[in-house]
Amino acid sequence: MLENAWVIPALPVLSFVLILFFGKRLPKHGHEIGVAAVALAFVLACVCAVQWVQRPANLEVKPGSEEHAAAPGSPAQANAVAALEEKAPPGSEGGHEGEGKGEKEGEAGEHEAEPIRKPVVKEVTWFDNGQTRVKAGTHVDGLAVTMMFVVTLISLLVHVFSTSYMHGDRRYTHYFAALSLFTAGMLVMVTANNTLQLLVGWELMGLCSFMLIGHWWEERNNSNAALKAFFTTRTGDVGLLIGIAILFFAAGQTFDIADINAAALGGEVSHGLVLAGAAALLCGVIGKSAQFPLHTWLPDAMAGPTPVSALIHAATMVVAGVYLVARLYGVFWSGFDIGGGGINPVALVGGITVLIAAALAFVQTDIKKVLAYSTVSQLGYMVMALGVGAWTAGVFHLVTHAFFKGLLFLGAGSVSHAVHSFDMKKDMGGLREHMPITFKTFVIGSLALAGVPPLAGFWSKDEILLGASSNGYPVFLVIGLLGAALTAAYMTRCVYLTFFGEYRGHGQPHESPPAITVPLVVLAALSVVAGFVNVPGGEWFAKWTENETVLSAGVAHHSFSPFVALFGSALGLLGIAAGYAYYWRNLGPHRLTQRSGAAGTGYRILENKYGLDRLYTDWVVGGIKGPIARGAYWFNQRVIDGVVNGVGIIARGLARFVYDTVDQKVVDGVVNGAGIGAEDGGRVLRLMQTGRVQQYALFLFGAVVVLGGTLVLFTTG
Amino acid sequence: MFDSWALTLVVFLPAVGAALLVAVPRRAENLMKLVALATTLATAAVGVAILARFDYGATDTLQFEVDRPWIDVINSRYHMGVDGISLPLLALSVLITVLCVVYSWDHFPEPHNPKAFLALMLVLETGMNGTFVGQDLILFFVFFELVLLPMYFMIGVWGGPNRQYAAIKFFLFTLFGSALMILAFLALYFKGGNTFDIPLLVERGGTIARDAQILIFGGLFMGFAIKVPMFPFHTWLPDAHTEAPTVGSVILAAVLLKLGTYGFIRIALPILPDAAQAWAPWIGGLAVVGIIYGALGCLAQKDLKRLIAFSSVAHMGFVMLGIATLTDYGINAAVFGMVAHGLITGMLFFIAGSIQERYGTREMSRLGGLLLQAPRLAWLLGFCAMASLGLPGLAGFWGEFPAILSAYQPAPGLSEALFRVYMVVAAVGTVFAAGYLLWMYQRTAFGTAKKEFAEAHVHDVHLPEWLAWAPLLLLILILGIFPSLIFRVTDGAVQSMTSALQAIGG
Amino acid sequence: MYLNQFLLLAAFLFCVGVYGVLARKNAVLVLMSIELILNAVNINLVAFGLFRESVAGQVFALFVIAVAAAEVGVGLAVVILIYRNRHSIDLTEVDMMKG
Repeated sequence: MLENAWVIPALPVLSFVLILFFGKRLPKHGHEIGVAAVALAFVLACVCAVQWVQRPANLEVKPGSEEHAAAPGSPAQANAVAALEEKAPPGSEGGHEGEGKGEKEGEAGEHEAEPIRKPVVKEVTWFDNGQTRVKAGTHVDGLAVTMMFVVTLISLLVHVFSTSYMHGDRRYTHYFAALSLFTAGMLVMVTANNTLQLLVGWELMGLCSFMLIGHWWEERNNSNAALKAFFTTRTGDVGLLIGIAILFFAAGQTFDIADINAAALGGEVSHGLVLAGAAALLCGVIGKSAQFPLHTWLPDAMAGPTPVSALIHAATMVVAGVYLVARLYGVFWSGFDIGGGGINPVALVGGITVLIAAALAFVQTDIKKVLAYSTVSQLGYMVMALGVGAWTAGVFHLVTHAFFKGLLFLGAGSVSHAVHSFDMKKDMGGLREHMPITFKTFVIGSLALAGVPPLAGFWSKDEILLGASSNGYPVFLVIGLLGAALTAAYMTRCVYLTFFGEYRGHGQPHESPPAITVPLVVLAALSVVAGFVNVPGGEWFAKWTENETVLSAGVAHHSFSPFVALFGSALGLLGIAAGYAYYWRNLGPHRLTQRSGAAGTGYRILENKYGLDRLYTDWVVGGIKGPIARGAYWFNQRVIDGVVNGVGIIARGLARFVYDTVDQKVVDGVVNGAGIGAEDGGRVLRLMQTGRVQQYALFLFGAVVVLGGTLVLFTTG
Repeated sequence: MFDSWALTLVVFLPAVGAALLVAVPRRAENLMKLVALATTLATAAVGVAILARFDYGATDTLQFEVDRPWIDVINSRYHMGVDGISLPLLALSVLITVLCVVYSWDHFPEPHNPKAFLALMLVLETGMNGTFVGQDLILFFVFFELVLLPMYFMIGVWGGPNRQYAAIKFFLFTLFGSALMILAFLALYFKGGNTFDIPLLVERGGTIARDAQILIFGGLFMGFAIKVPMFPFHTWLPDAHTEAPTVGSVILAAVLLKLGTYGFIRIALPILPDAAQAWAPWIGGLAVVGIIYGALGCLAQKDLKRLIAFSSVAHMGFVMLGIATLTDYGINAAVFGMVAHGLITGMLFFIAGSIQERYGTREMSRLGGLLLQAPRLAWLLGFCAMASLGLPGLAGFWGEFPAILSAYQPAPGLSEALFRVYMVVAAVGTVFAAGYLLWMYQRTAFGTAKKEFAEAHVHDVHLPEWLAWAPLLLLILILGIFPSLIFRVTDGAVQSMTSALQAIGG
Repeated sequence: MYLNQFLLLAAFLFCVGVYGVLARKNAVLVLMSIELILNAVNINLVAFGLFRESVAGQVFALFVIAVAAAEVGVGLAVVILIYRNRHSIDLTEVDMMKG
């Protein structure tokens, strides 16, 4: 199955085509095809996973095999002592690099003997262009298998959920078609063995998010949200396109991801080039994974149907950016010198996102927007994890987050299914009695998100914090801890507003049907147990997923630190406690925003989302669409076209002048003048023609006299 | 036997058909349509036969060559041939004409005069095919100019309210370029040893002094750049497109614009390699200005057709950027971009024409809710918009991305830093493309119909439209997934050309 | 020595002839004056012929006499026709060729 992994993305593509063309005529309006295809894909992904785990681990990767990087003739690379010696001269050029190397090699030493599973690559020639043969194919390794499993699972649950949630929708069939294509896009991306194919999947998801966010496009707000999502990610894609181009040439004219990673780590490529490539790719990641400052589209994307939000946030689209970093880790690693500690752009972007999004989650009244900002914040965690060198932790968090965020979104969908609203303050409250299953699962999801041990979120978050603390990124450890507390607090608020207190909505809410609750239960179960696949001591997840790139980069592993774990979970619990105190016990500074000017200002800043939305929508987009485009068009019509028309007018004026003056007066004047002259001359001459013979004779004689006189005068003279 | 007659057939069959049409009595409208359809289909059949018999192993050599004396006094020969660069364009041209005849089947524009309309279309096809296969400068020029007249009449007779102005502007603008172009041809004749033969000139061109080359290139540049059209010679295009009848717009966008870019690849670059090197930074600069500028022009539009016309300026900017890099990636991308733009923009114009036919307006502020009233039409519009903005997996991507890619590393001798700036600008242009196309889509397809059309019964896509559009839609998809279908054909020809370029230029 | 006298005589006759042609109204008198001019020329021809000891002068003179006879014949015929039509031979009245 691993060789034929292309079947897994092909299934939803097929399903898309079938639903699009035949869906409406089928008894269930197409969802049977979608569910069946994704279910089959899920089964195949499971088969892949099993085969991968059983695959013999026989690929020896020499950790930190960066012989090319260092000066030739230093074979003692693997020697930690030598590396530590290199560390000694801090001022020297190689000092910084050497520091990182020393550390990672020291750490990697623990895993020296651990061979990994060889990735399964299958490719066919796609096209030849110039001297390059571009191959399409699948590259299946632990990361891809994990992603396939997660994506197909979440997608399957979302499909099942949607059959009930979207029941009776006016575009039910199209909805399922788009859902299938969305899944396909993500699967194409995760199995891609080259950056072009990755781009295909990446953009396919952009298209599908456009279709699904704008699913109810009759209303302007929804189509605006769809456009915003597409533009914002597309803006980031400028970076991705450029990054792919740079890396294509940097790696010696190839799109192959493994080659690119190897080239980036190999050291033959200049550091500046790799840095440029990594920076460009980071732009794409920022756009797609909704990182600061391009995170603004994600909350707006809530305009789409709720299951779509679940799919976008948990398994596809936004995690694509994180996946890109994980997949092309070699580029980021050596481009940003992630092993070196301190601060780097990837971690910085992630860290900022963690905090600003978490803060924004506090002021939302729409349950989906709370979750949306929570997603942004959690994506920040993942990016930060990858930025601080905790590769496994980042990927692991991606997986666990997929479970509990999928759960939370579907739970929110279940709630809104009952109360027909998303507004927590106006239409919810006290739902725990009406919707027990939704309530329980939602609380499990929230606890997992808050990082309460031993739920899934705790393990992955702990690993991120551990990575930040041990890889020399103390700043990001602090950010991570702070984020953990904030996360716990806003989720407590969200749970309180939704499920506790008095019911504020209309009608009688009731529990949702099984098609909705079953996915909730499944995801809740996974949110509880998923963390254990990478518990300290076993760390199976790390062994399954780590690939050649990660190992040869020399990504460090750290043993479980009770101190960090304790601190992390304590802060999470503290956040919950604070929320509990504030909402349940009514303690703490209520109505602070009205009493304190500073707090009020802060609240308004948050309400306005830091003004970024206004900056982008009104200033950047509005500016380009409005004055700049109009100016350009004015320039076109008045200046360029003015010149053209001016040339035309001048030419016509000139022509008129030539015709009226030159032609009619001068040239024709000469012709007419000849006629007139002849006539007038004749009139004069006829006076001489008197008809009298003697007068003629007189002229004749006079002429003879004159001519003769002249002759005599000149010949004798 | 077939091989030596194929090109003559593919060029002159439409002309014969046009002559036949003229003989058909005015009343027999169906007969006219049949004659036109039969002619274009026969031409397309010849085209398919050429495609089938083409030797794909030797795309860099001229095939189906005919070389006979024509005008001995000036050493001009009846020399025709196709290689990997002209083949896709020839195929595009014969395909589009068939589809245009099919599309016009039931709705000829006013004033209804199918005989003249179809005859002009056929003459147009002769001109287009001839330009793509002509291997003699004079032959090329004759066909290049032959295209002008039918298009002039198409716009001027069957066009919109402002047709006179648009037609004359189109005609004069292009003719102005042609005048300089023929001057350059004459200069080539005398500098290149008294021959108009393109392959011969390619061999000898490199020996022309650099300064002379640069001057001659200037003449060629004006001729081709106006046809492309490149910023700032593009202003005839929106007017011509806006006023032209649907079929006219389609042919104009799909094939006519390619004559200019094809001229660059076929004549200007290989014959004058040194000058190409000297001009390339300027061409690239104008190309990227065109990308951004065309996009901004689009954003300011209220008229659907005018918007698509401006998008052509932007897309042809990508093609020209690819050409300006003088690399095989770039030129492969350019040829692909030409074909893709022909398919996609042709399709967009078809749809815009159909929308106008249904609603009687192209004002986007009056449209809306197309997805409700004519869902299939709206889906097709969405599909083409996505293809046009360069979604990977559809044809538009393969013209756009490789062009951006190639700008990263232009041919040796060109400034890398400059072209990298171009690359970034062009990449930013893709965002703009998404901007104007999706806004266009939002305004026309999303939302609900405006009051004036709320009750209107809007016919969804009907049979002639399906027949005319299906090949285009399929090709957009197929070429998007299997770009090798075109790259395989162009690659050999382009590689031999660029290696010759670099041998001289580098 | 001898030539001058003949030339002077011829000049005199020529002047008289010219006067007659230009000043007289009677057509017959104009014809006779033309005769005088021709004879002045004849004198000159003969005198120069004698002076240069050549017969060419006398041959020319004979031709002139012959032509003059024919001329007078035609001239008088024209005059007679004019007289028949207009009953006058006054040349100032004959201006039918006026332009």
